[in-house]
Amino acid sequence: MILTIGIQAILAVIMISFVFSLAALHTWIERKQSALMQDRIGANRAWIRLPWWWARPINWLLQPFNVLGLFHPIADAIKMFMKEDYIPPASNKFLHTLAPCLSLFFALVGFAAIPFGNTIAIGGHVINLQVANINVALLYIFAMASMGVYGVVLGGFSSNNNYAVLGGLRASAQMLSYEIVIGLTIMGIVMIYGSLNLQELVRAQGSYLFGWIPLWGVLLQPVGFLLFLAAGIAETKRIPYDAPEGESEIVGYFVEYSGMKFGMFFFTDYLETIMIACLATTLFFGGWQVPYLAASGFLFPWGAALALPPLAVSLLQILSFILKVLFFCWLFMTIRWTLPRFRYDQLLRLGWHYMFPLALANLFITAVIVLWVLS
Amino acid sequence: MTTAAASQKIRRHTMMLNMGPSHPAMHGIIRIILGLDGERVESADIAIGYLHRAFEKSAEQSGYLQVIPYTDRLNYVSPLINNMGYSMAVEKLFGMKPTERCEYIRVIMSELSRISDHLTCIGASAMELGAFTAFLYMMKAREYLYQGIEMVTGARLTISYIRPGGVKADLPPEFEPHIQKAIAETRNVLKECHQLLTRNRIFVDRLKEVGVISKEDALAYGITGPFLRSTGIDYDVRKNCPYSVYDRFNFDIPVGSTGDNYDRYLCRMEEMEQSMRIVEQAFRDIPEGNLMVDTEGREIPAAMMVDLAKMGETEGFVELDVNLDPTLSGGTRQYFNSVEADEKRAVLPPKEDTYGNIEGLMQHFKLIMFGHGIQPPAGEVYQAVEGGNGELGFFVVSDGTGRPYRVRVRPPCFPIMAALPLMLKGGYLADVVATFGSVNMIGGELDR
Repeated sequence: MILTIGIQAILAVIMISFVFSLAALHTWIERKQSALMQDRIGANRAWIRLPWWWARPINWLLQPFNVLGLFHPIADAIKMFMKEDYIPPASNKFLHTLAPCLSLFFALVGFAAIPFGNTIAIGGHVINLQVANINVALLYIFAMASMGVYGVVLGGFSSNNNYAVLGGLRASAQMLSYEIVIGLTIMGIVMIYGSLNLQELVRAQGSYLFGWIPLWGVLLQPVGFLLFLAAGIAETKRIPYDAPEGESEIVGYFVEYSGMKFGMFFFTDYLETIMIACLATTLFFGGWQVPYLAASGFLFPWGAALALPPLAVSLLQILSFILKVLFFCWLFMTIRWTLPRFRYDQLLRLGWHYMFPLALANLFITAVIVLWVLS
Repeated sequence: MTTAAASQKIRRHTMMLNMGPSHPAMHGIIRIILGLDGERVESADIAIGYLHRAFEKSAEQSGYLQVIPYTDRLNYVSPLINNMGYSMAVEKLFGMKPTERCEYIRVIMSELSRISDHLTCIGASAMELGAFTAFLYMMKAREYLYQGIEMVTGARLTISYIRPGGVKADLPPEFEPHIQKAIAETRNVLKECHQLLTRNRIFVDRLKEVGVISKEDALAYGITGPFLRSTGIDYDVRKNCPYSVYDRFNFDIPVGSTGDNYDRYLCRMEEMEQSMRIVEQAFRDIPEGNLMVDTEGREIPAAMMVDLAKMGETEGFVELDVNLDPTLSGGTRQYFNSVEADEKRAVLPPKEDTYGNIEGLMQHFKLIMFGHGIQPPAGEVYQAVEGGNGELGFFVVSDGTGRPYRVRVRPPCFPIMAALPLMLKGGYLADVVATFGSVNMIGGELDR
């Protein structure tokens, strides 16, 4: 019992540190990728250099980090913590303080249900590489994501600022509309694989079409995948769906926040991006599955085989998961720095008039086909 | 329930929202007081004057030459056009005409300014709609143009290059190849931006049928420039009352049809292309020779204008072997004459004359000293040029003394700002940013 709890705690620590470092890295990716896309150099000002002569080898090792600006997330964090934490006098102080905590909390807890690898056997214990193996993991994740809207709405309303109120209104309308679309798009996947357990879903994606095409969710649900991506970006409140922030229009629901409380909202955005990337990977891109990698090693469709020790297989699977997540992070970043922003009404129209009926149709067709195949 | 109670229940409140001056899209210099019903704009009121610097009053207090640096700060995105408008007004008072080469240089420089103005406007309004990348692409193109401008004038923003009687200095030899390169680069950027924005559904949806103004309203408010042309009226000062040598170039005036933000965007994009055409033609046709004439129309050779003295190269100076302070501006006689009119009443003498003989020294001090200065004949003139935003007019009244009696500027974005509430009402809050961005409000010129 204690051992199980200990293992789950270690898994939780691993997951949370992975998510946190990826979110911190995300700020760096954001800066560097936007810089690349815009013919700039990007962040390279946060240098760590030791003044002593004997520290030269260390400086030499730090040099690439310095040049690439990899210390900027740390500099950012220091800046956020050092800034004055200003609470507007006319605001509701309790809710004002609570809002970013809610936002960050609900963005983080969802990661518990994400499987980042298959089972791994250490010293006779078979460990499922997932913090919480919940049977209704999908419902849990979407419940948590929906709760996240409270942080945004409370942040907007408690600030006693007209801009923030507008941001809160926009955020609640947008997130509610797009959550429905997301919910409908993933129901297709759930119908096909017949499970709400994410680990089960990923394992089910390990089969092959004609023996050589990995049968990932994206092949079975291409429309669902595209809709999920589009609606998923809307969940992250980033361009082109950043109406709640609209930095040049209404500044955002967090206009009255400063210091680390603003940082928490800021961080939540990245966490949500990573969450959507994780979900897209898990539901549509086979999660931790590596094509042709079975428990004993690679088994290629043309008959070749490459035996691998179980630990190497597990590591490859984890690596595959991380790479897929990073790919989606890159994709979202590319979209974010290419497109302009929707207007609030256009955004809702897109959600309700186009994406919602499409998702419904997709669901209906999937249901018919699944029934037809089964019968 | 009584009727009073029912009406009490459905009473609607409009939310008052102060947009600006501390707002990312308001440039820090304008306030729009919005009455909002949800996201709908019910009323809009514009408060201007946050960048009022009393330009017109300052102009009355200083001599004609000292006004030029002030004009740099009117439309600080295209200062060369302001310089040109003011200088042409003063020239009109004297009745003098600059040299051919000078006219071409002025046209080249003001078209380059127009391109950078439009680039800034489109880029900034795209950025305010979230398309940050397009903005930085446009800034990149503008940077090439600014480098060219820097090459000629020595400054990027407050250039004070065009003066009554001519321009400050001749074009350096590396200017033309640089600008050709810059134009090629700008065309590239415009192509990229067309791909990024022009048919981008989100961008088009944000701009189309937003901020519409009718032909009649636009004319009634006195709107000019791309804003008026987007409604379908092809009024352009360069075509309708050609100044300088604009009548010699072959260029089109792009017009829109609906007068919405998207048409204004397309007009500006096309105008940049037309401006580049003008610059290319001007480079092809530019005559060799003098840049400056004096008020009697005598030409000053180009070689007089190069600032050799500034660099300490004073060997060639005639008359006297003087040690010039290397910080002194001015030029050797040879270059000076080609860019300056041979008009002793308006144009500073070349530095060899100032330091070399008594006539030059006297001429210099007559123009510089307090109570003297350029003294155009009494009279009043209005000179309009086509600025980045429309008709930029200078109305100068001279009473024959060294200071203008009155300098009045007709800022092109002032009438547009007056008409802005008309375009904002009934739209969405997010449209305020799009429409305001398409106005290309420049505080320096609006508030003066």
